[in-house]
Amino acid sequence: MQGEVLQGKALLELAGAIASDAVRVVDLSFTLSPDFPVIVLPPEFGQAAPVRIQEISRYDARGPAWYWNNVTFGEHTGTHFDAPIHWFTGKDLANNAVDTMPPKDMIAPACVIDCSAQAAQDPDFLLTVPIVEAWEARHGRIPSRQWVLLRTDWSKKGWRDYSSLRDDGAHTPGPDAAVMKWLVEERGIIGFGTETIGTDAGQAGHFEPPYPAHHFLHGAGRYGLQCLCNLDQLPATGAVIIASPLKIQNGSGSPLRVIALVSST
Amino acid sequence: MLQRCEGCGAFTYPAREACPSCLSAALIFVDAPPRGLLLAETTAHVPSDVYFRERAPWRIGLVKMNCGPTIVAHLHGDCVEGAPVRMSFQLDKSGQAVAFARPEGETPNMADDRQWRELTADPRFRRVLVTNGRSAIGREVALALKVAGAKMVFVGVAEPWRPFAGENLLQGQDGIELVSLDAADEKSTRNLAADIGGKVDILVNTTDYVRPGGLLDRRGTSIARDEVDQAYLGFINLAQAFGPIMRMRGADGINNSVAWVNILSVYALANWPAFGAYSASQAACLSLSHCLRAELRPGGLKMMNVFTGPVDTEWFQTVPPPKVAPRAIAQAVVSGLKGGLEEMYVGDVAEEIRQRLASNPKALEREFDR
Repeated sequence: MQGEVLQGKALLELAGAIASDAVRVVDLSFTLSPDFPVIVLPPEFGQAAPVRIQEISRYDARGPAWYWNNVTFGEHTGTHFDAPIHWFTGKDLANNAVDTMPPKDMIAPACVIDCSAQAAQDPDFLLTVPIVEAWEARHGRIPSRQWVLLRTDWSKKGWRDYSSLRDDGAHTPGPDAAVMKWLVEERGIIGFGTETIGTDAGQAGHFEPPYPAHHFLHGAGRYGLQCLCNLDQLPATGAVIIASPLKIQNGSGSPLRVIALVSST
Repeated sequence: MLQRCEGCGAFTYPAREACPSCLSAALIFVDAPPRGLLLAETTAHVPSDVYFRERAPWRIGLVKMNCGPTIVAHLHGDCVEGAPVRMSFQLDKSGQAVAFARPEGETPNMADDRQWRELTADPRFRRVLVTNGRSAIGREVALALKVAGAKMVFVGVAEPWRPFAGENLLQGQDGIELVSLDAADEKSTRNLAADIGGKVDILVNTTDYVRPGGLLDRRGTSIARDEVDQAYLGFINLAQAFGPIMRMRGADGINNSVAWVNILSVYALANWPAFGAYSASQAACLSLSHCLRAELRPGGLKMMNVFTGPVDTEWFQTVPPPKVAPRAIAQAVVSGLKGGLEEMYVGDVAEEIRQRLASNPKALEREFDR
């Protein structure tokens, strides 16, 4: 009983802190629009349907007083969430889709690892275990059930540099295979988030195993977030991420509004 | 083409029920020898027809064909009374075939004649939008139109963040401007029309979305949806964004808005099961094109469909030759516009299907299913 009373008070204090800007709310999402790049697979594979927005009416003959649209998009477009069922490694887990995942997993703190300097030098920059260990030496050990967000400032690029496509595929930064296995198994993270299109590096199809972020995260029932922005507004530790995907039946992921709560003090 | 009597061989014009020289009813349309002699010419200064009144003075003349008939024809400015002429039928602004006489030989800047331009859709001096520069066809069409003297060729590029082959061929070229256009996206199409809709004299719809497969070997509707999205809905978006303003500018001076071109698969006419769903999406576009033709008509715009067989591009790589080179399609587009045509068939496959469809459609269908 004592705990519940305190919790209720704490929630009201949080609401007050948000209202008074003592806690900032940072929007980590891009606008969902047809202009935003989507993942490009080799053309012989099925492709994510792009975002389409079609007017139903706009205060006109089709509906004089109201404006609304029909919207279509693939589950993995815009700033989006990956559920474990997205990858073969997580296909048989319980509650592995966006509609069945535990709602409490949608709110969790985040550790932000700033690799923007390295990514600016090398589009194929890879996050490794030693880099994360060096980060831990400064900020402390990554607690379990927290997000790890890889800041690269990739979200600040123009769309062409952002997708960074060449003849041999995308060249964008991401984690190497060892660090993903380590973060999942040794640190017990709840998920991994990036600014790029995909939790994996652009060239991760050539890694062992291919697409290690997808492989290890989803195999262990963890989540992915990608196409994030404004990571530069987050502290290294202490931000709380709210990421609740659309409740799509048996959905493998969904575009979503990701926000972060950040203490101003 | 004129009527010729199967009985006595005499050509006749205008079209009749029976031959005026032997009364045979066996009159068939055949290609007639196009030469003739300009007997007399006159200039109408105040024509009674409102269309011509706006375009007066207008020269017409009487041509005695070498094959027999005498025909009233619109005259090229370089035609001289008593001199030999070349005759052709041209589609006028209302879609009617009318006789046109040109000098027998070439004269300087012959294609720039005012009356000739009124009956054709020559890209020379005009501004053109090629809707998809990502495809080899779009690229070749853009370059061919430039060579044909287009003043400006706007080339649409969807998803500009994605590099594509041949991008450097178009970029930085004088008179070619890459513009952001995803025809399948309503907003993108509307935004481009807001920017350049008033400057598009010719629109060439080079939407190119080819995927193999029919019904049973595909799973689900994702690919079919993409086909419809790109080809059919893309066509609708383009038509709604650019059609009204183009139709409005049909009489906008000598470099008016004149034509809409679709590049369609000849399998729009007869389903090819190996590319069965694609064929169906093309058939839908063909049907829609006839609607567009009718709706553009009040503005005097021509709607030309260019039909091709399998093109020499990667999505037809499993198909044996003959295949059509993208450049051949581009040349057909240009020559069709210069001639003011409504239909073109490029390559042997397209031409053969056209002929076989006319003679025995069920036999063609039977052959395709093997």
